[in-house]
Amino acid sequence: MVRSKGSRWAREIRLLWGDPLLFTVVFFVLSSLIVFILYPLVLVVATSFKTPKGFGLAVFLEVFKSAYLLQGFWNSIMMSTLTAVGGSLIGFLFAYTLSRTDIPFKKLFHIIAIIPVVSPPFIGAMSIIMLFGNNGLITYSLLGINNYPIYGFRGLLFAQLLTFFPIAYITLRGVLESISPTLEDAAMDLGGSRWQVFRKVTLPLSIPGIASAMLVLFIETMADFGNPLILAGSQFPILSVQAYLQITGMFDLPTGSALALLLLLPSITAYILQKYWVSRKQYITITGKPTTSMIKSVHPVAKWVLFGVCLFVVLLILLVYLTILWGAFANVWGTDNTLTLKHFQYVFGVGFRAVVDTLTISGISTPLSGILGMVIAFLVVRKRFPGKQFMEFTSMLSFAVPGTVIGIGYILAFNSPPLVLTGTLAILLLNFIYRYIPVGIQSGIAILRQIDPAIEEAAIDLGADAKKTFLRVTLPLMVPAFFSGLIFAFVRAMTAISAAIFLVSSHWNLMTVQIMSQVESGRLGAASAFSVILVGLILVAIFMIRAILLYRYGKLGGKLLNI
Amino acid sequence: MGVKLVHITKVFPDPHHPGKEVVAVRNVSIDVKEGEFVTFLGPSGCGKTTTLRIISGFEYPTEGEVWISGKMVNNDPPNKRDTSMVFQSYAIFPHLSVAQNIGFGLELKGLPKERIRAETERIMAVMNLTNLANRRPDQLSGGQQQRVALARAIVNKPSVLLFDEPLSNLDAKLREQMRLEIRRIQKTFGITSIYVTHDQVEAMTVSDRIVVMNEGNIMQIGTPFEIYSRPLNRFVADFIGRVNFFEGTVTEVKGQGVRVRFNHGVDREVASCSIAFKPGDKALVVVRPESLKLVSPSSSTGNGISQNASVYSHPANGQPFLEGKIDKVVYLGSVCEYEIDGGREKPVLAVTHNPIEEGFFQPGDLVGIDFSPISAHALPLSS
Ligand SMILES: Nc1ncnc2c1ncn2[C@@H]1O[C@H](COP(=O)(O)OP(=O)(O)OP(=O)(O)O)[C@@H](O)[C@H]1O
Ligand SMILES: [Mg+2]
Repeated sequence: MVRSKGSRWAREIRLLWGDPLLFTVVFFVLSSLIVFILYPLVLVVATSFKTPKGFGLAVFLEVFKSAYLLQGFWNSIMMSTLTAVGGSLIGFLFAYTLSRTDIPFKKLFHIIAIIPVVSPPFIGAMSIIMLFGNNGLITYSLLGINNYPIYGFRGLLFAQLLTFFPIAYITLRGVLESISPTLEDAAMDLGGSRWQVFRKVTLPLSIPGIASAMLVLFIETMADFGNPLILAGSQFPILSVQAYLQITGMFDLPTGSALALLLLLPSITAYILQKYWVSRKQYITITGKPTTSMIKSVHPVAKWVLFGVCLFVVLLILLVYLTILWGAFANVWGTDNTLTLKHFQYVFGVGFRAVVDTLTISGISTPLSGILGMVIAFLVVRKRFPGKQFMEFTSMLSFAVPGTVIGIGYILAFNSPPLVLTGTLAILLLNFIYRYIPVGIQSGIAILRQIDPAIEEAAIDLGADAKKTFLRVTLPLMVPAFFSGLIFAFVRAMTAISAAIFLVSSHWNLMTVQIMSQVESGRLGAASAFSVILVGLILVAIFMIRAILLYRYGKLGGKLLNI
Repeated sequence: MGVKLVHITKVFPDPHHPGKEVVAVRNVSIDVKEGEFVTFLGPSGCGKTTTLRIISGFEYPTEGEVWISGKMVNNDPPNKRDTSMVFQSYAIFPHLSVAQNIGFGLELKGLPKERIRAETERIMAVMNLTNLANRRPDQLSGGQQQRVALARAIVNKPSVLLFDEPLSNLDAKLREQMRLEIRRIQKTFGITSIYVTHDQVEAMTVSDRIVVMNEGNIMQIGTPFEIYSRPLNRFVADFIGRVNFFEGTVTEVKGQGVRVRFNHGVDREVASCSIAFKPGDKALVVVRPESLKLVSPSSSTGNGISQNASVYSHPANGQPFLEGKIDKVVYLGSVCEYEIDGGREKPVLAVTHNPIEEGFFQPGDLVGIDFSPISAHALPLSS
C-alpha cells in the first residue's frame, strides 16, 4: 500500500474545493502575500542583477570593488554580532536576576527595561548625541570637552545594546520562567552547589533560548536604520544607511538593490537558523502558567552583584529617556537649558500633520494586520491545504527582511504600472499591514497551540460547521491574544522608520521621519518633543487596550499584557 | 441500526519518516447493535482512538465503510453525523459556563430558548450538575468536568455516544464511580455507545461486548466472559488478566472439548477450545491463576505444608498435574498470590481465595497443582 505524495496533494486540493469558504480565504491570503511581500523582494533581487545589457553581476562587482561599501557590509555584520552577544548577555543577566532572586524594585526594573521596546528604536542614538555630542550634556556642559568622538563604533554599539537588550530580556525571561524551579530544587537536593545548579541545569536548559535571542538581536541590529543614521557617521559606514543613501541620494536603484540584497542574506540566514534549527532544540514547551521560582538558588553575594548590574543598566536607560524629556523642554540643548514649551508648540503647529498621519496610518493598519495575522495563524495551525508551508514562510518573512530592503522593494514594485501607489496612503498602509503580520501570527499561533484541538472538534461534533466553530469557539478564545498582538503591532507601526522612510511623501508623513530630519538638521529640541509625544501616544494606546482587556477578561486580560 | 464498520483500514503518513506510512487500523469490521455498549480495548498505539475518530468523522478511512443507523456516512463530515463524543481531555469550552456548554449543541440546532433551557436543566438534574450551572469550567473539579462533558454529549440525544478514555484523568476512586455512572446513564437513555480504554477492569465492568485490538487488528470480539475465559488467541489470553500457558498435543476429541497429553507427560481434559482440533494437533492450554488448585503433593514429606493447609486433599487420581516449590507468596488479604517453580521457563501463577480459612503456603513449600476441565481452554499453539 504505497501511496505517493501526489495523491495527498490531490486529496488536499479536493478538500479545498469542497470548502468554498476556505478556498476563497486561502486564495486571497496567498495572492496578497505574493503581491505585497514576495514580489517586491523578487524585484530587489532582479534589479541588483540588472545591467545596461541585460542581467549580470556588474553591479555586485562594482560594490565589491568599493572599499567603502564593502566596509559597510563588514561593519554591519560586526555590529550585529556584538549586539547579539552583548545584548543577550545583558538580557540573560536581567532575566535571571528578575526571575530567580528576590531583589527589591523588581517590578520597577521590569517596567524600565521594557521602555525601549515600546519607543522608537533611535531614541538611544538621539540621547547619546545629546549627552556626548558636540553640545553634549556630559562631554561639553559637564566636562568641557569639545568634539568628543562619539560618532562611530563606540556610540553605536552603546545605542544598539540599549535598544535591543530588552528583546533578549523578554525572550529569556519567558524561557527561564518556563524552566520549572523544581528542576533546580531537585539538582540542589541531589547535592549540587548553587553554582553547579546554575551551570549544569539552568544554563544548559536556557541555551536554546539564548541562541534564539542572539539570532533575533542579530536580525534586528542588521535591520536597524535609525541609530546608525544618526550615530554611525562617515567613519563607520553601516549597510542599511548606505543602501538608503544610494537610492535617495544618488538615485542609483541597482546599487541600492545590491546593497539591500547583501543586507538581506545574513538576516535570512539567521532567521532560517532561528526558525528551523534553534527553535527545534527548545526543551520546554510552554504549558501555560509560569511557575514562580524558588528564590533560594542564588547566593546572597551573587544576588547583590546581579542587583548592581541591573541597577546600572536601569539607570542608563533612565538617563537616556530623561535626557530626551529634558531636551524636549530645553530652550537650546547644551547651550541654553532653560525650560520652554516652544518645541511642543512647534509639534502641535507645523508638525501636527505628521502626528495625525502617523496615528491614521497606525490606527488603520494595525487592526487589519492583526486580523490577517489571526487568520493566517488559524489556517497554518488548524487547516490542511496546498501551499500551507509557503504561506507560513512568506508571511513570517517580514520578520527577517530588513525594512530598508522591503522599502526599496516597494518603490521598485509600486512606482510603475500595474500598481502605481507611490505617494499614496495605500502604499504606507499596505507596507505596514504586511510588515507587521508576523506579530499577529506569532501570538495567534501561540494561543492556538494552547487551545486543545479537541475543543474545536467538540464543537464540530455537536453539529457546528467550520464557520460556526470559528466564530463561536475559536475566535472568542483568540480575542485576548489578538489584542496583545495588536499592542506590539501598533508600537512597531508607530515607531517604524526603515521601510517607511522610502514611502513617505508630501501628502503622507510620519513622526519618526520628522524626528530623523530634525536630528539631521540639528534641531534636537523639536526632535525630542516629537519623541516625547510619540512615546506618550504609545503609552496611552497601551493603557487603553489594557483597560479594555482588564474590563473584559479580568485578571487574565491584565496578565496577557504583562509582556 | 447501530454502528457498522466494514473492512476499515486507515493509513497515516509516518510523521517521523517522511515518505513512509503507518497503518493505524487494518481491516476492522464490527457490527454494534442498537443500544449496545461496546468497548475497544488494547495496548497503547493499537488504533483505538483512530477507530473512534473514523466513526465520529474526524478521520476518513483510507479504505472501508462506516455505517451509522443504517446509513453509509463515509462522506459526511463530523457535524453531520449523529454521534456525540466525550473527549479524553473533556474539551469543555473554556469561555462558556456549564449550562452554556451543555446547551451548545441544542443552540446550534436552532431550538427555541425555552426548549434549550428545559432540556439543559433536565439533564443537569440527572447528572447532579444543577447547582454548578453558572460556573466557569476552570472552577470545576475533574469529576465535575467529566460530568459536564457527558451531559453535553447526551443532551443532544445522539444515536451513538463515543468515549475516548474518558476516565483516564481521574483518580482511581472517582474512576470507579464514574464508570458505573456512565453505564447507568447509557442504560437509562439506551444510546448505542462505543468506548475506548486500555484499562481492562473498566472494559469488563461497563461493556456488553469488548473488542480487543493489537497493532491495528481486531484480535477478538466477545462478551467479557468470552474474552476472559474463552480467548481466541495467545495475545488476548495474555493481554487480559494474568495467565498460565501449558503446551501439549491433542490425543482425543470429546464433544466441545479435547483430551491433551501435556509436554511433561500428564493427561488432562480441557472443556473448551477456540478451534476444532484434530488428534495430533499441538495445543496451548490456558488456565487462569485463580483456576489452579494447590494441593499437598503426593510425595509429601510432611514439612512442606503449613499448619492450616491440611484442608487440601489429594485429587482422586492421586497424581497432580504438576508439582513445584513455592517461590514467592504475596498475601493480599482477600486473596493470596503464589509464584511456583514448576521446573518450567516461567513460574506458574496461582491465586487462592479466602486464605484465612483455606490456609496458605509458605515459600519453599512443595505443592501439587491441578485444574478442572471446565476452567481450561485450548488454543492452537501457533495462534
Ligand atoms: N495523525 C497521525 N499521523 C500519523 N500517525 C498517526 C496519527 N494518528 C495516529 N497515528 C498512529 O496510528 C497508530 C494508532 O494510534 P491511535 O491514536 O489510534 O492509538 P490508541 O490505540 O488510541 O493509543 P493510546 O492508547 O495510546 O491512546 C499509532 O501508531 C499512532 O502513532
Ligand atoms: Mg488513544
